[in-house]
Amino acid sequence: MKTGDRFSAVQYVGMILLVLAALAVCLSLGSVSISLDTIGKALGKFFSQADINSPLERIIVFVRLPRVLAVALSGAALSLCGVAMQGLLRNPLADGSTLGVSSGASLGAVLTIAFGFNVPGFALFGRVGMAVLFAFLSLVLILSLAYRLDRQLSTHTIILIGIVYSMFAAALMSLVLAIAKDRVRDIVFWTMGSLAGTDLPHVLLLAVSLIIVSIVLFRLRTELNAFAIGESNAETIGVNVRAVKLTVLIVASVLIGVTVAIGGTIGFVGLVVPHMVRLVVGPNHQRLVPASLFGGAIFLLFADLVARTIVSPLELPIGVITSLVGAVVFVFLFWRQVRAA
Amino acid sequence: MMLEVKNVSVAYGRIEIVKDVSFSVAPGDWLMLVGPNGAGKSTLLNAIARLAPSTGQITLDRRPIEDLKPAERATKMGLLRQDNPVGYHFSIEEIAELGLYAKRAGWLSTKQRDDDKVEQALRMVGLWEMRRQSALTLSGGELQRAFLAQLFVQDPPLLLLDEPTSHLDFNYQIQTLELLDRWRQEEGRAIVSVMHDLSLARKFGSHALLLNKGVAHGFGPLEEILDDQHLNDVYGLDVRRFMKTLLEQWQ
Repeated sequence: MKTGDRFSAVQYVGMILLVLAALAVCLSLGSVSISLDTIGKALGKFFSQADINSPLERIIVFVRLPRVLAVALSGAALSLCGVAMQGLLRNPLADGSTLGVSSGASLGAVLTIAFGFNVPGFALFGRVGMAVLFAFLSLVLILSLAYRLDRQLSTHTIILIGIVYSMFAAALMSLVLAIAKDRVRDIVFWTMGSLAGTDLPHVLLLAVSLIIVSIVLFRLRTELNAFAIGESNAETIGVNVRAVKLTVLIVASVLIGVTVAIGGTIGFVGLVVPHMVRLVVGPNHQRLVPASLFGGAIFLLFADLVARTIVSPLELPIGVITSLVGAVVFVFLFWRQVRAA
Repeated sequence: MMLEVKNVSVAYGRIEIVKDVSFSVAPGDWLMLVGPNGAGKSTLLNAIARLAPSTGQITLDRRPIEDLKPAERATKMGLLRQDNPVGYHFSIEEIAELGLYAKRAGWLSTKQRDDDKVEQALRMVGLWEMRRQSALTLSGGELQRAFLAQLFVQDPPLLLLDEPTSHLDFNYQIQTLELLDRWRQEEGRAIVSVMHDLSLARKFGSHALLLNKGVAHGFGPLEEILDDQHLNDVYGLDVRRFMKTLLEQWQ
């Protein structure tokens, strides 16, 4: 098989089955363990719109199902954005958090939680709207600043400004914390990242954004390969460098905004999962883009499972688990790479 | 004329690297950009490839270069840079295949012909056997040949080559230059290359542009430009005598 070959249908089915299996396990396990049989019946009732009466079935359909779906979709989204930014900026350390977009989104969401700020007309998705808006504004600010400093919009300028901006946004968040004393607990818990209490409309929003962004990024897979090899090489082979860069950054920042608004900052997923997936399928985005979706979903599903069960009935924030696991895995991967080189 | 460069200057901040340089390239030409370190040869090449901002006028087939869309520009000219750092573990084959990008963007390709093109290019540079190997494991010379293969796959009529033989051993230097020489002899093709080795420039070039400190010290047929007077002026030493002494040491 050639290194850049696409996945076969069988391989796609295999990956989908893996994600479904992980979903089933995560639906079944928790503070209360539920048999797969009961889950099947509850889901059957849900999809046939029959009445759902038993408390167990209600837990499955209205508590666990949205949460587990949100976890899988968030994992896929974060990992996809990591892949896109690492390819685009040719930097394995790039992701939403290095670029400042996550911090911007967090700031928007924190403002909503603390003061009830809202985007007019977005009452239903107040926090989401604010996070997307702030993610987008952050990106505009970062890019226009980068553009003023360096007309070519070169990669290291973007990353440097992103890091500075992250610090700035973090300082503003601390300021909000200091002012809004009565909401400190809510804010702190949210910033640690949690997908508990996600409802189905949010899941739907996440799913729609993820599908759209996946399609855009998969269509740009050759361009992402060119960027990952080198930006000036991309320019000489005829890639419209500026247009591609803007498209990727915009769609990725919108997706990060949605994800952060729903689940808080869940660290390291966008950094570690692409690394692991790249070890298995190689750096070609023909395979990396789809594989990172499945890899991200499975990784976050298991991280969430651990968060829910390890000190049950107490629940840990999922962001704590991913950061703990992610940091260790990352150091290990890095160490392996340095030793191999 | 394929390429016309008129009064082109390139500045980084307040420092002017290339000053008011003009020249032209016709089909069949192999123009050698010659001059000491810091003469502005690579910068001039990058300006033509639109990798460095410049003033003045550059036209390709009579069209101002800034009017060409990136993909269209890539079907007309291609650049081989001196150093090609690669980001991830892409294989040689994946790098070469990217040369198809500009033509694929125009929907004018068939998979089979493309595969043949990639194989042919990789065989030309002697990398076919190791095509699956990761670019991060290659030597400087192998990497340079991988990107040369990409350029052959891209196959534009005008090649801009920045020190195409800088990382190659002696054998591959000659092989590569002969390969390029054969490539150029097909109709409508031309090469502009930066060349440090004056004897190789003399052997393969048809025209020369002599640069020093960003200023052109002569442009025209190679024999007229690379004569003793010009070279001694620019390099500040008796080039011919030096070359002769080198040769005598061999005998």
